[in-house]
Amino acid sequence: MSTQNRQGELMQLTFAYPMPYEWSIGLYGSRFFQEIKEKRRFIGIKCNGCGMVYVPPRRVCGPCFKELSELVPLSDTGVITAFSVVNYPFIDPNTGLQRPIPYTYGYIRLDGADNIFSHIINETDLGRIHVGMKVRAVFKEPDRMQGNIQDIKYFDIIS
Amino acid sequence: MDKAAIVGVAQIKYERRKKDQIFADMVFDVTREALDDAGLTIHDVDNVVTVSNDFFDGRTISGMAVGDACGGQDKNISTVSGDGTFGAFYGLMRVLSGYKATIVVAHYKGSEGDINITTNGMFDPVFHRHLGIDAVSSAALQANAYMTRYGIREEDIAQVSVKNHGNAKNNPFAQLPMDITVNDVMKSRKIAEPLKLLDCCPISDGAAAVIIAGEDIAAKCRKKPVWVRGVAHCCEEYFLGDRDLSNPVALREAATRAYAMAGIRNPIEDIDVAEVLEPFSYMEPLWLEGLGFCEPGAGCSLITKGITVMGGKLPVNPSGGALSANPVLVAGLARLIEAALQVRGEAGARQVKNADTALAQGFNGPCGQSHCVWIISGTK
Ligand SMILES: [Zn+2]
Repeated sequence: MSTQNRQGELMQLTFAYPMPYEWSIGLYGSRFFQEIKEKRRFIGIKCNGCGMVYVPPRRVCGPCFKELSELVPLSDTGVITAFSVVNYPFIDPNTGLQRPIPYTYGYIRLDGADNIFSHIINETDLGRIHVGMKVRAVFKEPDRMQGNIQDIKYFDIIS
Repeated sequence: MDKAAIVGVAQIKYERRKKDQIFADMVFDVTREALDDAGLTIHDVDNVVTVSNDFFDGRTISGMAVGDACGGQDKNISTVSGDGTFGAFYGLMRVLSGYKATIVVAHYKGSEGDINITTNGMFDPVFHRHLGIDAVSSAALQANAYMTRYGIREEDIAQVSVKNHGNAKNNPFAQLPMDITVNDVMKSRKIAEPLKLLDCCPISDGAAAVIIAGEDIAAKCRKKPVWVRGVAHCCEEYFLGDRDLSNPVALREAATRAYAMAGIRNPIEDIDVAEVLEPFSYMEPLWLEGLGFCEPGAGCSLITKGITVMGGKLPVNPSGGALSANPVLVAGLARLIEAALQVRGEAGARQVKNADTALAQGFNGPCGQSHCVWIISGTK
C-alpha cells in the first residue's frame, strides 16, 4: 500500500533553492547570436570533410572528428520536420514563469542546413500545422535582444 | 594482471575563467593532443570514458554533451562522475576486459557554477546540507581534527603551500605559480579556521585526457609506454561523523592493495616521485601518512626534512599540485598525467632526475572519502 498519505508520521523536506550557473557560450555560439542581432538571420558551419552544414555552429564534426571553421550564412526560413503541441505546464528556467499552454515545439530544417534546429512554432491548431510546411523566424526587436535563444520569438508558418 | 600502459596524455592550461571555450571545446583540444602524443588516430581508439559531474556542469547526464568532441561517434561511451583517477581506473578495466585502447577525458569549469552550492550538494539533504557545510568548511573540520590530534601548527602546514606554489613555477599548465613564504600564508585572509586563503586551492577551469592501451597498441605508439604496475581504490563511510577524519583509512587500504600489486615493499625507497591531490594544504601530509611514506602524524616532517621538496628523496607534487590549479575531477587525472610525464622523462623544468616509478593519487567525496592510488613505471 502507498505511504504517501501518512502525513505527520512520515515527514519530508522541501528544497526550493536556485542553483545558478553562468555558462560560456563560446566563440561560435556567440557568433550565432550576434548574427541574429545584426543581420536577423541564422549562421551555420560547414564541414570540409563530409559537407554537412551544422546549425547552431560548433567546433567539431562528430562523424569526421574534424575541426570546423567555415561559417555559412543561412536565411531565416526552414521546413517543419516534426512537431508536438505540448499540453502540460512548463516553468521556463530563464524566467521562472510558466509558459502559456498549449505551445508547439518544432523540429525545423533551416534552409541551407543539414541538421535540425529546434524552436517554438506559432501554431497550436492541429488542423493548420503539418510536417513539410515552410516557416520563417520572427525575431525580437534588436534593442530587446539579450543574446539568448529567446531572441527568436518563434517561427511563423508561411506556406 | 595483463599489461596495460598509459600511451598518450594531454592537459590544457588551467585558468580561472575560460570564457572562449565551452566544455566540448576543451575536450576536443585535449582529445586531439592526447592522440597526437600517442601517435594514434581516433580510429585506433575503440571506446571512451568521460569524467564529469551533473551538479558541476548544470546538466543532466553531463558526459553525453562532449561525445563528439572526444571522438565518441559510434563508440561505447561511459561517464564516471567522480575524480579523474577513478575515470582512468574504469578506462583501464575496459582495456583489461578486451578493448584495444580507451581514451579518458575529464572536463570542469569552476567558473560557471556556484561552488559553495554545488559542493554543499555532496552532503545529506536532511541532516547536513541546511547547516551550510561544503567542500571548504568540511576540509577545515578535517584540518582541525588532524592538527589537534598530532599537535601540528599552522606554520607546519603552510610550508606545503610555499613548496607547491613554488613548484608550479616550473609547470606551464599551472594557474598559480607563486613565490611566497610561510609568513605570507599565515597573513593571508582567514577562510575557515584553521584554513587561510593560501591554504586553499583556486577555482579553476580545465580539461585533461589520457589514452590507456594494451601491449599490442602500446608497442606501436610514439612515446615510451608508461606501464600500470598497481592500482586500487577504496571508500569509507558517507557521514563525516562516522569517520575518523585524522586517519585516512580508505587511502591506507587502497595504497596497501596497489603496493601489493606493484611489488612495492617500502614505498619511500621504491617510489621516485609522487603526485597527490591536495586542494587544501593540510591534505598533502595527511595523504602522505595514509600512503605509508611516514608514521601517522609525521607528514609535516617530510617537508621540514627536505624529503618532499624538489631535489629531495621523494619529491611530492613537482607540478604544484591542486593548490596551484584545481579543476575538480580533472585534477586527479592531472596528477596521473604529471606522474606519467615524470616516468617518461618529459616533465621539463619540473622533471625529477631518474624517475622510473611514480605514484599518483586522487580522491572523491568530502575529506577524501574514497581514494584511488596508481603506481606507474617505465619498467614493464
Ligand atoms: Zn564532417
